[in-house]
Amino acid sequence: MNLYEETIHGLHQRLVRREASSEEVTKSVLDRIAELNGRFNAFITVTGQSALEQAREADRRLSKGDPVGPLCGIPLAIKDVLSTRGVRTTCGSRMLADYVPIYDSTVIRKLRDAGAVFVGKTNMDEFAMGSSTENSFLGPSRNPYHPERVCGGSSGGSACAVAADLCIAAIGTDTGGSIRQPASYCGVVGMKPTYGRVSRFGLVAYASSLDQIGPITKDVTDCSLLLRAICGYDSQDSTSVETAVPDFPRFLNEGVKGLRIGVPREYFVGGLDAEVEQAIRKAIDAFERMGAVFVDVSLPHTEYAIPVYYLIAPAEASSNLARYDGVKYGYRAKGPFRNLAEMVRRTRSEGFGAEVKRRIMLGTYALSSGYYDAYYRKAQQVRTLIREDFRVAFQRCDVMVAPTAPTTAFRIGEKVGDPLQMYLSDIFTVSANLAGLPGISVPCGYNREGLPIGLQILGKAFDEGTVLQTAFAFEHQTWPDRKKPLLA
Amino acid sequence: MKVDKKEVEHVAMLARIELSPEEKDLYSEQLSAILALFDRLREVPTDEILPTSHVLEISNAFREDELRPSSMPQEILGNAPDVSGQFFRVPKILE
Repeated sequence: MNLYEETIHGLHQRLVRREASSEEVTKSVLDRIAELNGRFNAFITVTGQSALEQAREADRRLSKGDPVGPLCGIPLAIKDVLSTRGVRTTCGSRMLADYVPIYDSTVIRKLRDAGAVFVGKTNMDEFAMGSSTENSFLGPSRNPYHPERVCGGSSGGSACAVAADLCIAAIGTDTGGSIRQPASYCGVVGMKPTYGRVSRFGLVAYASSLDQIGPITKDVTDCSLLLRAICGYDSQDSTSVETAVPDFPRFLNEGVKGLRIGVPREYFVGGLDAEVEQAIRKAIDAFERMGAVFVDVSLPHTEYAIPVYYLIAPAEASSNLARYDGVKYGYRAKGPFRNLAEMVRRTRSEGFGAEVKRRIMLGTYALSSGYYDAYYRKAQQVRTLIREDFRVAFQRCDVMVAPTAPTTAFRIGEKVGDPLQMYLSDIFTVSANLAGLPGISVPCGYNREGLPIGLQILGKAFDEGTVLQTAFAFEHQTWPDRKKPLLA
Repeated sequence: MKVDKKEVEHVAMLARIELSPEEKDLYSEQLSAILALFDRLREVPTDEILPTSHVLEISNAFREDELRPSSMPQEILGNAPDVSGQFFRVPKILE
């Protein structure tokens, strides 16, 4: 196996036994990036020099025999929406094309302290708004399984990098499905933690009550390791929860015998691709053979999840993105200007792409006087009902399974002309963000054209352990069916 | 709910965004289509339902009002498009 093909847990053994060095692994990954990034556009910025310095530092710690965690010396890719001190952080936007943060986000600081190596910042839909990574100022990322197809979004670059072995693991963010859906389209594992588990300090905000940072990895074991490393209370994030971080890897071997798995009937209605449904049904059969108990559950307000999300998220975004005005940082339009107001309007018009402008407009409209009650407040009330649906359903089951997305990866350009069609690809993922619940996507098959299909497992708040336990059992059972992309 | 051109212009003004005539037409059409989808929310009974602004049972997080280290002015000014001394320079604000 080439070093770049390894997992976090596989490499950790080799690094600790000094069978390989972090520098060798990092070089292996960087060489592969140099060879393939032009084709797949996973990375916006490659930090080769600093990565090698970090790798050498990790090797020093390893050769001294210091006790190190599993992430020491491991090359990671970071979605370009997390602040990295001294490294350009663009959020996939012209607005921040030359912005260099003066501080690290908490997640980055934690990973640095753990000895991780950062190989680069990955491509994404602009300001995390999108489901395909086509809304990036830097162009789309291409799906390693079929290069004329999207990687999903908004964490498309991270999912692409993991699928194509351009990193050992990656960090993404998920506001309406932006980790899970690209993981599904790219045949990798992706998890969104419970809201409040992972600090958002340093995460460029899209929708503050929905955003979460999470791992994108080659397998469930790696997911549990990376999740454990980034979780934890942070006083610098006022929405961070003071609760102990479970030792997630300990849950993996518990199995699913006797576990009650809910299947939400509303997730199996029209719009679901036949091959995707078939793969999910097969997965359900596999769980039954492993001794899980299936429970039919209902989430009656599922059909309202998309309108609720696409009212709340843009409303929050319109507030969060008000800061981009060309005054203190970021893009500023070229003058001369009659006054500040004109400079600000021109800066925002030129700095933001079409989808971002659309969502700002939508959010501003929903919050404006005369419309606030009918749209924004109404959406928040229905959000309460969606949360209640889950609370009731989870009284009868421990986890739920569902498709991650209604289809496999669509073609680049296929949905850009129809924003509404694009929004509908989030139908199975947004509810977890609205309710603040954890969810994972694991590969569960491929369609006739070889495109990956994702199985989603949702859990109770702060119960990532059971979600990982369920995911691991499934992965363990179906591992021989996993196919790496041919990179034709 | 049809969003006409006047409303698009009003919203653009609130959002401090300048739109071209083509963009005004496009957004009018697209926003109308998107909002039509949202009109379905009307059919959901929500009379006694409290809105969720936040999924967690937490309230405002405060810290002690003590001096702590902050960033250096030079660092903060490093990303500025136009600087004058320790100030951010902008076009005039008042006529």
